[in-house]
Amino acid sequence: MSRTLSYREALHDAHFQALSEDPRVFLVGEDVNCYGGTYAVSKGLADHFGADRVIDAPLSESGFVGAGIGAAMGGLRPIVEVMTVNFSLLALDQIVNAAATLRHMSGGQISVPLVIRMAMGAGRQLAAQHSHSLEGWYAHVPGLRVVAPATVADARGMLLTALADPDPVIIFEHVGLLALTDELPDDAGAVEIDHAAVRREGSDVSLITWGGNLPKALEAARQLEAAGISAEVLDLRTLRPLDDAAIVASVSKTHRAVVIDEMWKTGSFAAEVCTRIMEQAFFELDAPLRRVCSAEVPIPYARHMELAALPSVEQIVQAATEIARHE
Amino acid sequence: MSDFNMPSLGADMDEGEILAWKVKPGDSVRKGDVLLEVDTSKAAFDVEADHDGVVEEILVEPGRKVAVGTPIARIRQTGEALAKPAPKPVAPHLRITPLARVVAKDLGVDPAKIGRGTGIDGAITRADVERAAAKHEEPHVEKAPPPPSGADKSKREGLRDAIAAAMSRSKREIPHYYLSQTIDLEPALNWLEKLNAGRPITERILSPVLLLKAVAHAIWEVPELNGYWTDGALNQSESVHLGVAISLHSGVIAPAIHDADDMSLEQLMAALADLVQRARHGTLKASEMTDSTITVTNLGDRGPEAVYGVIYPPQVALVGFGAVMSRALVIDGQLVARRSVIATLSADHRASDGHRGGLFLRAIARLLEHPESL
Repeated sequence: MSRTLSYREALHDAHFQALSEDPRVFLVGEDVNCYGGTYAVSKGLADHFGADRVIDAPLSESGFVGAGIGAAMGGLRPIVEVMTVNFSLLALDQIVNAAATLRHMSGGQISVPLVIRMAMGAGRQLAAQHSHSLEGWYAHVPGLRVVAPATVADARGMLLTALADPDPVIIFEHVGLLALTDELPDDAGAVEIDHAAVRREGSDVSLITWGGNLPKALEAARQLEAAGISAEVLDLRTLRPLDDAAIVASVSKTHRAVVIDEMWKTGSFAAEVCTRIMEQAFFELDAPLRRVCSAEVPIPYARHMELAALPSVEQIVQAATEIARHE
Repeated sequence: MSDFNMPSLGADMDEGEILAWKVKPGDSVRKGDVLLEVDTSKAAFDVEADHDGVVEEILVEPGRKVAVGTPIARIRQTGEALAKPAPKPVAPHLRITPLARVVAKDLGVDPAKIGRGTGIDGAITRADVERAAAKHEEPHVEKAPPPPSGADKSKREGLRDAIAAAMSRSKREIPHYYLSQTIDLEPALNWLEKLNAGRPITERILSPVLLLKAVAHAIWEVPELNGYWTDGALNQSESVHLGVAISLHSGVIAPAIHDADDMSLEQLMAALADLVQRARHGTLKASEMTDSTITVTNLGDRGPEAVYGVIYPPQVALVGFGAVMSRALVIDGQLVARRSVIATLSADHRASDGHRGGLFLRAIARLLEHPESL
């Protein structure tokens, strides 16, 4: 049997399952209890599991992320919800200097089995302080695993696998995906988080992306097909450690690639993906690489300005056409 | 003054195209220096000087195809009068994609002759190279045929043709016999793991190298597998030049590791790594393509358990290794799981018999059971 549910409901169900199955699991974050989470992911969980396991934190990211690290070191399995990646900057010290380093600095004696979830991304008119895409910053740091569920199935399954990881995992949930729906089997559960996934097969150009831009890449692929260009869509899923083999395999097949990334182009994660292609698949390339990223401005509030600043289906189609139309 | 002639780079070569000269008139060369790059139907090879001297004159320009034995340069013995230095040729910068450059080399197409490509900003793409190759194959057709769809026709030519000719000749002329033996690799792999544990990663020895060394030493015991069948008789080789099968985009080639039996494991590892890299870059030397006295093919990493290969004529034997995998073996009356490999021998029955072939495989097995002796 299967049922149709949204990305938001999938996240909720994953929390429900995790809290039910493992008494060590608890959720802490701003407004996760009384308000049901800023994005309504934890709605109803407090009624079921109580205030000891669904904990409202004060507005102090450094404090409650640090508490999560301590709880993880002590043997619990905390899920820390940071309202958006912008606010996680207040907890950078805890994440980068403590969570990511303790296993290394203790000679393997201390595990930090912590899961941090963050909303991210633009598109909801939340302006320059609530719309960031900074997943590449975290993917820079050894000691962290960084995942970006882009489908309802991954929203349902990645949290469970992340909780089983003995090291800190950061889950980036793009706010543009919350209303996405899909049909999932009733027994949908944990999914592996080691590999990228080809979401659409193609032979002329690889559209490489993750998280919130996957739907745009898939729509671009549909439009390209109508124009006679066969686009493959690769969903990276896990940004650290990156599945180089999948990237090389796709580029070796299509010989062209467009990387779509909502980060600003300068120092973007797309830059890392492109560099790996140059390092590992240079002689497979039959055209220059292209990146579609956000405009180099703080994300604007006005709807039309915001849309103009973000990667668009049109830009993806144009970039892919530019490098693939010649054969 | 002596003529330098187009060399034969294989039994199946009757002409070669000069791709590039690496020397110019006036240059001093020593025996072994690379003089030029020649494209046979198989691949591009570096051709070396056969004696010391000074290049007096280049007789055949790049891009021309001449028969084996045609004089292509004059080389003056050291001591004769100096020639006027020629102006330096200027290499044009080509706007070509990395993939197109690789495919051009594979297909023997000179990208400089393609002109403006159809890629972004006039870059030459793979499709341009393939179209040029198709035109090259059929010079009398007025209009170029449409590019082949699906499987890439032009790629099948060249190296593919050379492989087809050599393999057909082998199966037509050589009465093959085949033997196989399962070899317990636990002692060798354990020994190797211990050896590698104390070394930085860059200096570690990979297990295929151990297999090559065992083959090279086993030849000492059964030398009639090492050499050529020519003029109706076996000509055993004094030296052991191990041909190593390397898979490229366009087909398989088996260049030689010279005097492999005299090498340490470290030297053999370095030689193999170097050979594979140069084979992929198309910078093998002519002598490496023609000197193999026996060939080894290792398909282990593709998964087959055993490989029964076709001998590369005029050689008389080919050794194959399949995947290293855990198998149930009986050791001292006990059924145990052991990492093992199936070694196979394809041999020319005109040159040797199954009895000697069996001893050869047994020698490989024995050497691998005592890896410290390698």
